[in-house]
Amino acid sequence: MKTLRLILTQNLGLILAVVLFVALYSIYVALHPNWGLNVVLQNGNETLALIFVGMAQTMAVLVGGLDLSVGPLMTLTNCFGSHVMAGTGGSVVAGVVACLALGSACGCLNGCIIVYGRIQPIIATLATGAIYIGLALLLRPTPGGAIDGDLAWAFTNDINELGMTYGWWGDLGLFGKIPAQPIFLALVVVLVWAPFKRSATGRGAYAIGSNAHAAYMSGVRIDRSKIAAFTLAGFFAACAGVYLTMQMGSGNADAPQAAEYTLRSIATVVIGGTSLYGGSGGVIGTIFGALVLRSISFIFRVVPGDSTFGFVASPLLQPFFEGLILLFAVSLGAARVFRVRNRLSLFT
Amino acid sequence: MSLRIEPPILIGLVFIALILATGTAYTMVTQGTATFISPPYLLQQLHFGAFLGITAAGMMMVILLGHIDLSVPWTLAASAMVGTAVGGVAGDFTALGVGLAVGLINGIGVAVLRVPSMIFTLGVNTVLLGLMVMLTGGFAPQNAATPLMTFLGSLRTYGVPHSVVVWALVSASLIFVLNRTPLGRYMYAIGNEEAAAYLSGVRTRLVIIAAFMICSLCAAVAGLCLAGYSARAFQAMGDQYLLPSIAAVVLGGTNILGGQGKYSGTVVGVVLIVLLQSMLSVMQMDEAYRQMIYGAVIILMLLIYSRGRAQTA
Repeated sequence: MKTLRLILTQNLGLILAVVLFVALYSIYVALHPNWGLNVVLQNGNETLALIFVGMAQTMAVLVGGLDLSVGPLMTLTNCFGSHVMAGTGGSVVAGVVACLALGSACGCLNGCIIVYGRIQPIIATLATGAIYIGLALLLRPTPGGAIDGDLAWAFTNDINELGMTYGWWGDLGLFGKIPAQPIFLALVVVLVWAPFKRSATGRGAYAIGSNAHAAYMSGVRIDRSKIAAFTLAGFFAACAGVYLTMQMGSGNADAPQAAEYTLRSIATVVIGGTSLYGGSGGVIGTIFGALVLRSISFIFRVVPGDSTFGFVASPLLQPFFEGLILLFAVSLGAARVFRVRNRLSLFT
Repeated sequence: MSLRIEPPILIGLVFIALILATGTAYTMVTQGTATFISPPYLLQQLHFGAFLGITAAGMMMVILLGHIDLSVPWTLAASAMVGTAVGGVAGDFTALGVGLAVGLINGIGVAVLRVPSMIFTLGVNTVLLGLMVMLTGGFAPQNAATPLMTFLGSLRTYGVPHSVVVWALVSASLIFVLNRTPLGRYMYAIGNEEAAAYLSGVRTRLVIIAAFMICSLCAAVAGLCLAGYSARAFQAMGDQYLLPSIAAVVLGGTNILGGQGKYSGTVVGVVLIVLLQSMLSVMQMDEAYRQMIYGAVIILMLLIYSRGRAQTA
C-alpha cells in the first residue's frame, strides 16, 4: 500500500497528463462524426514529430537546461534527409542512418560546447540553433527534393500498407490496421530511452538535474552524462526530422516552423510532468504532454458550429484557447504555493 | 563607482571595432568608399538598433532576476496593434497600458503563483497571439500609426532619429533605477539568492512584479516606435526581437542566471548585434551564411568570456 502511494506521488505529473489526454481524446472521439482507425492514423501523423521534438527537449530539461536548437535541428535533418533519403532500397536505409547520425553529432556538439565551453545551455543552443538553420538553408535554399513515394506512403500508414507496399507480408486483418506511428515510437522508447534511463550515465543525468553538486560529490561523471543527454536530444530531434521528411516527402528550411516546434516542445515537457528545474520526469510523460496539446487542436476541429459551444469552433479562437489551456495546465502546479507553511521553502 | 571596464564589455567593444574594420575594408575594396563608418550610415544603424535596444533593456531587467520573458514579441505587437486600433492620443496611452497589464500578469504568475517564468510567459505569449488574431480576424481594425508613433518612430531632429533619443531616455532611467534606487539593489540581490533577499526583509514578490512590468513597458515603447517606423502595426512585428534581445543582454556580460551584469554591457551587445547584421547584409551574404556567422560569433564571444572568467576565478 505504501509503495503504491509512493509510486503515485512520484509520478503525479505523468498520471495527470495521461488523465488529461484520455479525457480530451474521449471528447474528440465523442464529437467526431465518423471516428475510426484511419482518423487515429491521421492524428498520429500530425503528432509524432512533435512527440519526438518534445522528447528531445525532455533530455535537456532533465539535466537542468533548455535546448533551443531542437526545432532547428529537426529542420536541418529534414533538409538533409530530403537529399540522402532519395532513391530506393538500401540507400534509403543508409540515408536514415546518416540523418540520425547527423542529429546525434549536432547534439553532441551542443553538449561539448555546454560542458567544455561552460556556456549556459539556453544561450549555447540559441547560437547553435542559428547555425543549424543556416546549414538547413544551405542544403535547401527553396523547399524541394522528393523522396521515394512508396517509402513516404508505407512508413506513414498502417502495418498492412507497410508490408504490402514492399511485399514483406500480406493482409494481416485487424492487426494490420494498427497505425505504424505508435510502433515507431515504442521502438525508439524501448531501444533507446529505456536502456539509457537504466544505465549509469542515465541515472547520472537525473542526479545532475536534481543537484549537480551532490552528484559531483557522489562520483557521477557529470561531463559524460551531460554530453550523453544532449546527444540523445539531438538523436530524438533527428527522429522528428526523418519522420517529417517521410511525411512531407520533401525538405523545407522553414525557420518559423522550427521556432514554433521549439516553443511547443517546452510546453509538452511541462504538461508531461517533467520539472523545468530538472531531475524528475521523463520522456513517457512528454509523449502524453504532446498528445494533450494536439488533442486540444483536434477537438476544435470537430466541435459542431451550431451547438452551444459552437463559438469555440471558430479557427480564429484556437490560438487563444490553446494559450489559455497551456496557462491553466502550468498554473495547476501553483496549488502547492497556497499550502506551504513556511514561505522560505518556496525559494528552493 | 569604479571606472574599470568589465571584460565582457571590453571584448564586445573589440568585436564592434573588428566588425567596423571588416565592413569598411569591404566597402573600400568593392565601392571605393568608407560607407560603413560614415555618420549618416551609423545613425541609420542606431535607428534600427533603438528598437532592439529598448526591448533588450527591458529584457535585461528580468534576466537580472534570473527569469526570462518570452512574451516580449507579442507584447510588443499587441501594444502597437491595440494602440493603433484605438487611435489618437488615447491609443498611445492604451498601448502603454497594454504593456503594463501584460507585465502585471507575468509578474503575478511568476512571483505569486511561482510558475517558472519560461513557461508562464510562453503561455501569455500564446494568449496574446490568440487575442490579436481575434482582434484582426473578423474585421480589419485601423492599423495606421498615430501621430505620436510617427513622431517617435520615423521623424528626426537635426538628423538625430527620435527613436535613438527614446532609447537614451529609457537607458538613463534604467541606469538610475539599477544603480541609485533600492529597487535596483533588490533586483541584483534577488538574482543572486532570492531566499537571502527575502530573509533580509525585501518584499521579493513586489520587486519581481515590478521588473516584469518594466520589461513589458519597454516592449510596449518599442512597439510604439516600431509602428511609427513602419507606419502601421501588424501581426508578428515583434517576432524578430525575442532571440536577439536575449543574445544582446548575454553578450553584454549579464549572467543568464541572474544577479550580475551592467547596463552598459547591454548597450554594447545591442550595437554589436545590429552592426553584425548590417555588415552581413551589406556584404550581400546569403541568409544561410548570415545565420551561421551570427550563431558562430555568439558562441565565440561567450567562449572567450568563460575563458576569462576561469582564469580570474
